[in-house]
Amino acid sequence: MDSLMDISNIRADFPVLDQQVNGSTLIYFDNAATTQKPKSVIEALSHYYQKDNSNIHRGLHTLAERATTAYELTRAKVRDFIHAPSSDQIIFTSGTTAGINLVAQTFGRSTFKAGDKILISHLEHHSNIVPWQMIAEETGAIIEVIPVDETGVLDLDAFINQLDEKVKLVAVNHVSNAIGTINPIAKIISLAHAKGARVLIDGAQSVAHIDIDVQTLDMDFFVFSAHKLFGPTGVGILYGKRELLASMPPYQGGGEMIKEVSFSGTTYNELPYKFEAGTPNIADVIAFGSAIDYVKSHGTEVLMKQEQALLAYATEKLNAIPGLRIIGTAPEKIAVISFVVEGIHPQDLGVLLDKFGVAIRTGHHCAQPLMQRYGLVGTCRVSFAFYNSLEEIDRFIVALQRSIQMLA
Amino acid sequence: MAQTIVDIQEELIAEFDLFEDWADKYEYLIDLGKKLPAMAEEWKTDENVIKGCQSRVWLHGEKKGEVVNFQADSEAVIVKGLISMLIRVLSGHSAAEILAADLYFIEKIGMSQHLAQTRSNGLLAMVKQMKNYALAFSAQ
Repeated sequence: MDSLMDISNIRADFPVLDQQVNGSTLIYFDNAATTQKPKSVIEALSHYYQKDNSNIHRGLHTLAERATTAYELTRAKVRDFIHAPSSDQIIFTSGTTAGINLVAQTFGRSTFKAGDKILISHLEHHSNIVPWQMIAEETGAIIEVIPVDETGVLDLDAFINQLDEKVKLVAVNHVSNAIGTINPIAKIISLAHAKGARVLIDGAQSVAHIDIDVQTLDMDFFVFSAHKLFGPTGVGILYGKRELLASMPPYQGGGEMIKEVSFSGTTYNELPYKFEAGTPNIADVIAFGSAIDYVKSHGTEVLMKQEQALLAYATEKLNAIPGLRIIGTAPEKIAVISFVVEGIHPQDLGVLLDKFGVAIRTGHHCAQPLMQRYGLVGTCRVSFAFYNSLEEIDRFIVALQRSIQMLA
Repeated sequence: MAQTIVDIQEELIAEFDLFEDWADKYEYLIDLGKKLPAMAEEWKTDENVIKGCQSRVWLHGEKKGEVVNFQADSEAVIVKGLISMLIRVLSGHSAAEILAADLYFIEKIGMSQHLAQTRSNGLLAMVKQMKNYALAFSAQ
């Protein structure tokens, strides 16, 4: 396959890949859960704690200045990465889930009235379901679900019918974590805007694979996690349009988010600090900057091309296994394949594949409504990153066939 | 003289000692799972589902005379194999013996990874539930 890049150098950038698990060389196919970290990210973390550790923004000494500069540099890198108009529209959170909860508890709480509608899709992760259920319960808003067809594609005709002036927010993922469907978010956003609804895009599964331009797409809110973009855990991003972020009340109270405090009242700090109460995750934010540098040094398009080649190859190999059925066959997918094998519980395959050194995910993938839609308790899911190889897929297929044989 | 819980564990350890590699061990475990006697349908209820397993696992315990008997089922065959061993070790003993049992065989046969505190591995939850039954029966 000549479209594949030479990944031998790339693999050397990810120390975790070079190890034996249960007697075999590790094959890491659980990248949708979290991606591995390049050396530069690990070194940035270590460098920060060895040289620069200090609390940011308030200190006037040299270390505080270094830490603050590095922290704010990541904000600028994120702005550039998702093509946001300004760095102060980049809010650091602890992850995608925290970003969605922030929007639900601020924008949602101040906007939703009884009878208003929140549209989510049948493809959502629990993180893009439960925060809306919580705020719907409080405000009397109603949740409606955009249906998904047998192949895993959202039903846009149904969506158009669901859109009316009662819809205040459409919250959908860019890419399904469970089955890999890439949703037509440009269309979803323009249709929603035509009816006056705001749109939150959950980019947890897309940001490492697809170029994101929040302005071209006219996104109202975009949320994602650093750890799915080769960065550390515990860091997330919330991007929002300026007028929305400015009008939203603060989320949590504390240090950093205030301008002045007295016992008679408090004035809040400006964006983005209004939403960043307390000492943030400084070290991981700084190291996340190195992850963005790493991705940019290769280019998302090159990485996506590699992953699509892996997806096509693995899909063909899996389809050739008798009794195996791929769940989610949308024409546009990222390199995620969910599958079930006739008569075998996904957990059994997961346990045996682990013994062969292959890390996959089994279960409902925090998307129980989607599993129910397909009448499944769960699936096996393999998800690739650009550092995976065709040779790993070959070894995985052999291990899978042997596992099926053992269980049959 | 009936076998003690320790006797049965030693027997299992000896059986697993015959296997050279993990694949043979797991094939034996899968075989044990497949041969686990069917659980009476009346006990496959939501109340008997053990929480904390990725696959559904049902466990029912009954006191008969001085001993406690267990039956169980699972959707996943490796889990069934694990339960099958627990039942073989603990079923038919008194509540006091079950409560006091140290299940060292799990580690000795190389299955301790199934005791890990992750959401997918329910072995710990199964042991706890069996001991809960024993505790409830010993209070009667």
